[in-house]
Amino acid sequence: MDLTQLIPIGVFLLLIVVLSPLLGTYIAWLLGGESSDEMDWKQYLGAILTFNAVGFGLLMGILMCQQFLPLHPDGARGLDISLAFNIAVSFVTNTNWQSYAGETTLSPFSQMVGLGTQNFLSAATGIAVLSAFTRGLARSTGRTLGNAWRDMSRIVLGILLPLSILFAVVFVSEGVVQTFDPEHQVTTVQGEQQAIPLGPAASQIAIKQLGTNGGGYFNANSAHPFEDPTPLTNLLSTIALVLIPGALCFTYGIMANHRKHGVALFATMTVLLTIGIGVSLWSENVSAAVLNESVVMEGKEVRIGVAESILWSSTTTAASNGSVNAMHSSLSPLAGGVAMLNMMLGEIVFGGVGSGLYGMILFVILTVFLTGLMVGRTPEYLGKRIDAVDVRWAIVAIVAPSASMLIGSTLSLYTEAGRSSMMHSGAHGVSEVLYAWASAAGNNGSAFAGLNANTTFYNIGIGIAMLIGRYAVIVPVVIIAGRMVSRIRMKESAGTFPTHSPLFILLLIGTILVVGALTFFPVLLMGPLAEQVQLMQGGF
Amino acid sequence: MAITSSVMSRALIVQALKDGIVKFHPRELRRSPVMAIVAIGAVATSIALIVDMTKGSFSGVDLQITLWLWGTVYFANIAESIAEGRGKAQADALRRSRQTTTARKMVHGVEQVVGSSDLHVGDLVVCETGDLIPLDGDVIDGIASVDESAITGESAPVIRESGGDRSAVTGGTRVLSDRIVIRITVEPGQAFLDRIIGMVEGAQRQRTPNEIALSTLLIGLTVVFVLVVITLPFFTQYLSSTGNGSADTSISVLMALLVCLIPTTIGGLLSAIGISGMDRLLRSNVVAMSGRAVEAAGDIDVLLLDKTGTITFGNRSASEFLPAPGVSVSDLARAAYTASLADETPEGRSIVHLARHTHNIRDAHEDLRDVVTHAFTAQTRMSGADFVDVSGTSHHVRKGAADAVEAAVVALGGSMPKDVRTAADKVASAGSTPLVVSDGNRVLGVVELKDIVKGGIRERFERLRLMGIRTVMITGDNPLTAAAIAAEAGVDDFIAEAKPEDKLARIRLEQSQGRLVAMIGDGTNDAPALAQADVGVAMNSGTQAAREAGNMIDLDSNPTKLIEIVETGKQLLMTRGALTTFSIANDVSKYFAILPAMFAGLYVGSDGTSPMETFNIMGLASPQSAILSAVIFNALIIVALIPLALRGVTYKPQGVTAVLRRNVLIYGLGGLVIPFVGIKLLDIVITALGLA
Repeated sequence: MDLTQLIPIGVFLLLIVVLSPLLGTYIAWLLGGESSDEMDWKQYLGAILTFNAVGFGLLMGILMCQQFLPLHPDGARGLDISLAFNIAVSFVTNTNWQSYAGETTLSPFSQMVGLGTQNFLSAATGIAVLSAFTRGLARSTGRTLGNAWRDMSRIVLGILLPLSILFAVVFVSEGVVQTFDPEHQVTTVQGEQQAIPLGPAASQIAIKQLGTNGGGYFNANSAHPFEDPTPLTNLLSTIALVLIPGALCFTYGIMANHRKHGVALFATMTVLLTIGIGVSLWSENVSAAVLNESVVMEGKEVRIGVAESILWSSTTTAASNGSVNAMHSSLSPLAGGVAMLNMMLGEIVFGGVGSGLYGMILFVILTVFLTGLMVGRTPEYLGKRIDAVDVRWAIVAIVAPSASMLIGSTLSLYTEAGRSSMMHSGAHGVSEVLYAWASAAGNNGSAFAGLNANTTFYNIGIGIAMLIGRYAVIVPVVIIAGRMVSRIRMKESAGTFPTHSPLFILLLIGTILVVGALTFFPVLLMGPLAEQVQLMQGGF
Repeated sequence: MAITSSVMSRALIVQALKDGIVKFHPRELRRSPVMAIVAIGAVATSIALIVDMTKGSFSGVDLQITLWLWGTVYFANIAESIAEGRGKAQADALRRSRQTTTARKMVHGVEQVVGSSDLHVGDLVVCETGDLIPLDGDVIDGIASVDESAITGESAPVIRESGGDRSAVTGGTRVLSDRIVIRITVEPGQAFLDRIIGMVEGAQRQRTPNEIALSTLLIGLTVVFVLVVITLPFFTQYLSSTGNGSADTSISVLMALLVCLIPTTIGGLLSAIGISGMDRLLRSNVVAMSGRAVEAAGDIDVLLLDKTGTITFGNRSASEFLPAPGVSVSDLARAAYTASLADETPEGRSIVHLARHTHNIRDAHEDLRDVVTHAFTAQTRMSGADFVDVSGTSHHVRKGAADAVEAAVVALGGSMPKDVRTAADKVASAGSTPLVVSDGNRVLGVVELKDIVKGGIRERFERLRLMGIRTVMITGDNPLTAAAIAAEAGVDDFIAEAKPEDKLARIRLEQSQGRLVAMIGDGTNDAPALAQADVGVAMNSGTQAAREAGNMIDLDSNPTKLIEIVETGKQLLMTRGALTTFSIANDVSKYFAILPAMFAGLYVGSDGTSPMETFNIMGLASPQSAILSAVIFNALIIVALIPLALRGVTYKPQGVTAVLRRNVLIYGLGGLVIPFVGIKLLDIVITALGLA
């Protein structure tokens, strides 16, 4: 194996470790304190859900009427209802699943005003829910979780906008396009005529990376040279994938008054991400060796290379982003499996902005529940006791997305509507549909390529999976926060198990892998694992 | 309580084997959702088996799988029956002492003989030598020695008397001597003995909060695996329909997979763990009024205990005479002796004792004339005597608290010498109690009353500290005395000059800061604090009010029993956590046993092998024996762990990290590795016997 492959990965990890605490401290400052108009959990949840519902309605309207709205230089037409539903759900839920080619289907107006707005607001929703959850754990004997409007406006104006502007400026300077010009007609070297679509991409790409959205301006996403033209933009884009989710670990530690615990969560995520990258890279190298190639470049950009492609594929699936700089269908089977597992675990390894961390905390609750019992104490988390109702809601939030992945895949494989969209059959076909449903229910949005998802069956089905993946987690999380906030925060005593030790990190990783992976081991065995063995045994 | 100490006797097991069959009733199965799913799986495979047989095809492996699935349910039933059986044996022993008796009820001063079941709260009954006390009550007149062995198992009789903290008597105990009048405090059927029997039998056993939370988790895991198993055939069917071979998704294989994946180990043993936890507590002679209290005991952060009787022996005793300048020790001893003649308190008697034995003061009563004794009263806070000695001099000796004696001396024109004051302070700061002795307006010196700290108490507190529990001593002593005793006994904190309401205030304060508090008490004025505490342990020798207020009663009236209580509570939770972890960790190996077997026909290449063979890492002989081995292991592990469930996992008081590391290694890592070994061994045996 070529050890120089490890250099970009090392640089990436180093920068994340340095930048996350800085940004995290700033966010804690931004979201700290009490607002004058606090909400209890029902009001907070109501505000978030209403806000998302209104955003969904507006976006659907824009998409279905885009020919009547300004800025459609290439004459984009209004979308049919199933596609509009799918896109609207996709962007409101921070999934950014795209069953269409953005540059040809949508007008710049739809992209900027419609999708761009939701890129910010869906990201803000995730962080706001996290901050409410954090207050539920940090506060004692109160009733309120903060003010949803204050939180969201501060998140958008104080975090997402400034960072997006910063990244967009750098992207533009590196050559990412940012224009309202219609598509360019060029004559290729072979003398053919080709239409090259342009658009205001740089501003979209900044927030698509930062807000773990992932919906590219162009269909090829960041594999497109107009989205990701240079090594610098590639590095920055990769960092932007996990910057905010990573920073929020530190924010959480500060706001919950337990910094070391925040660091432990960050460490847990980093370890899991690194394991994923390592396994994927190993699989790429082994597969290349079997095929007697130095590297396997199918579906990868030559200018980006294997290591950066793997780094991106691992990171984007871990971080619920879903933007891609290589086609995941062409990854070596096990690397594709890692990408799937990252999503199947519920997008908790960094995960979506906000959503990744609150998903992780649900696993923490399960972990401290088991460890609490094992040290002979009623389980408590950050000094708050965990009761049966909390466990029930945590289970709902963990199981619901998994259930929709399994049931969705089953429907795909069992119905003609589902099967007819599949490009491959056999193990790779299984991977194709598994990936799509995992991407939807995990609110990731990346695609495996191969599956034609722009059908009524997939647009509606995937749309429902995205809704479950988002709100079947948000609702339990806010309910748990509402239950926790009024509980006395117990003093840590010598009998309390510390939630920041290496042993804790190990147990958390164990719980995540055992609980998360056991659910999907059979299907992964039939899909990517079988494929990898077939490949290595030369039966490919 | 007269109970055999063995975990499982032969008779118990035979009974459990029978009771286990009764528990196949759907009403019983419904209580454990995990085992209910196993039973449903067993029914499904049975039906499939019968359907196959009617079609003329019969599979011996399917039959074995079906039998082992039924066996899994049966083993869980047996576990519960054994746990319950131990309780039943105890309950039967207790019930024998609860036979209906007659009572001598007092009506307007006249005795009437009535049945004990006709008594009501407030009735007065008389009990004399040999009488069985009909119902729980308070002694309102008289003193008697009572045999409480029916409840405590302790054969030595105890004294019960009216007033004070030893007035409570329990129905079913027997008066050995004298006569007492009892006011009945409970209705028939709700007596202490009835409640113990109820607790022991498990009839009143409600699931505790942690048990409910854990059940919720187990149900969640079960739902996940049900979903996994239901969706699995759709995947394999797709693969076969696209020409990738076929997987064995017969009912028996799917049910085998489901039962192996859902947490049957902990699901089958959960109720046995809970029942045996209460049972262990009872063995250490503590009756918990609810399972909730036992769990709370494992969470205790702070323990409040009285100094007197708990940390120190109840009575202070005189240890030294410290004369004032110009007074001889024997003069002081003689004066203290005379002043204590009318003092019947243990302290007074200890002064007499000390004076006689160390200073050879003999009874000089005959030599004295015109003796007038003054008993100790709360107003004067002194006792003493006035007399005329042989030389005709009249004396007014007094003994009491330093400030009281000083006031009396000053009133007679005397003063407190500086040296005496210094000596008194020194005594106090050493944790003892100084009494000052005077004669008229002259101060003679100080008597040191020493608190004797019980042997071994320091080590016990050290053990509590290792468990993460802080001890707070409550005493009426002044702060100096309290500090000295606190240091000697090794408590973490103390409240000096405490009034009864201070206990309650301290408990509320600790609770408001998010700590769980345990309190041990026996007196009536402890009752509010016992009720407020998260764990209130009342001494069986205490008053009825205290016993009503606490949520546990220590039949041995041994205050350091709390250590056993806490250990039992922790052990209960640890056993549940450990077996849950074990159960979940087991799934990894079962996957590696069953899935490759199930998928063996998928993706079969031109060379006739499936890539799935790669995942048969245990190298199991055949798909059939792999599945059968996993099912058998899953069933037998329940049987193997019954003793552990009944006994509880070992608990050593050490830091939480050490405890966790140990349990994770044994039950987490062990849970991963052991089934790999077990399943492989079973596979070898099954293949050798030709069962599959």
